[in-house]
Amino acid sequence: MTDGVTVRLTVNGAAREGRCEPRKLLVDFLREDLGLTGTHVGCEHGICGACTIMLNGEAARSCIMLAVQADGAEIMTVEGLAQDGQLHPLQEAFREHHGLQCGFCTPGMLMTALDFLRVHPDPTEAEIREGISAVLCRCTGYQGIINAVKAAAPVLRRPR
Amino acid sequence: MKPPRFDYHAPTSVDEALSLLGRYGGDAKLLAGGQSLMPLLNFRLSRPAALIDLNRIPALAYMKEADGQVRFGAMTRQRAVEFSPVVQARLPLLQEATRWVGHLPIRTRGTIGGSIAHADPSAEYPAVLVALEGEVVVRGPGGERTLRPQQLFRTYLTTGLEADEILTEVRLPAMPAGAGYAFEEFARRHGDFAIVGIAAMVVVEGRHCRKARLATAGAGPVPVRLRAAEEILEKDGVGDAAIDAAAQSAGELVEPDSDIHASADYRRHLTRVLTARALRRAVVRAAGRPGAGVPASEASL
Repeated sequence: MTDGVTVRLTVNGAAREGRCEPRKLLVDFLREDLGLTGTHVGCEHGICGACTIMLNGEAARSCIMLAVQADGAEIMTVEGLAQDGQLHPLQEAFREHHGLQCGFCTPGMLMTALDFLRVHPDPTEAEIREGISAVLCRCTGYQGIINAVKAAAPVLRRPR
Repeated sequence: MKPPRFDYHAPTSVDEALSLLGRYGGDAKLLAGGQSLMPLLNFRLSRPAALIDLNRIPALAYMKEADGQVRFGAMTRQRAVEFSPVVQARLPLLQEATRWVGHLPIRTRGTIGGSIAHADPSAEYPAVLVALEGEVVVRGPGGERTLRPQQLFRTYLTTGLEADEILTEVRLPAMPAGAGYAFEEFARRHGDFAIVGIAAMVVVEGRHCRKARLATAGAGPVPVRLRAAEEILEKDGVGDAAIDAAAQSAGELVEPDSDIHASADYRRHLTRVLTARALRRAVVRAAGRPGAGVPASEASL
């Protein structure tokens, strides 16, 4: 069996590294080895979306990817959204429109919405519904989330 | 749960991957996008001695046009397919089907070759491969061979690939200019595997149907080409009566199984309903009136 591997990657703009077994999931590496517990572990089979992160600028599930596969990658987790104590416009919108209930799915919702709004900068409500269906909210609080994504879209379209 | 222990290899060339595959004699799994394999490992439904990760082989990710075909390196991401102008121009059916593959974050990692090699009959790409009469290239220690869909898809999750072979390329013939197309699917939640999906393409001249192509996802152990239904259209055209007759025939041609998601009867019913729906939408598109009669959710396609 393969012994430990060294994983070097950039997380939220900072160079990080750790050693783990090749079977270690990326989400567990982020949480346990790098101490970034904002990314949540939900279903562990790619359905619920709670573990969604940005991988080289695109949303991906970190529970169905190995940490060793991310060696050399650039990753952004939910911890990377706020800058200098200022919430990201998506976070502001989630707060304003009550886009969270228990909060468990929120990191995945935010990272998914970030990528969704990048490729659909001016979405219809139907498109938002389809995009957000990538993440399960077990409180069924979808309406607030949809409202938040709708409200954040024009803010993110503005050059910042 | 977490994956069991395995040896991990990340070769940088197909030759290296083949040599590793040979070394493990069928006890290794190829890791492409991992969007189906990783869940199987997490659930420990699969316990390979080794994973051979194809993600560090740049030569397996490409799209190119050649000999009237679009050729995809097996590791081409589904997301790249979705946003490719070449796919939009030459294979709009594939582009539409891609929107049904999981969700955007799944398509970031998922690959065209992985989806086809995994051979889940309820997946979208196998149905498109069948409908468009594509082929795949596989490489083994003895060299390269091409497989047509009927040689490739054997039964649930089972292909005609040998244990020491790697699927390296997917080839789809460019759709004829003006062809109408539609991918229809019913799943319990958007992004889930299809309960039933239908891939349809029609080439129409006036009321005459010069070519019809229909294939299912989820309506049996392999994607099913609906030849008899296609023949009805090619003989009788694409009027309402012919479409209804073709849909009826489609329901009779499939032999779905019952499972936890749906009964066989329900899948037959869906095959009829979705075939009719796909054909009507494909015919509207073939008539060059995009938008007319198209559901609102499709308006941005």
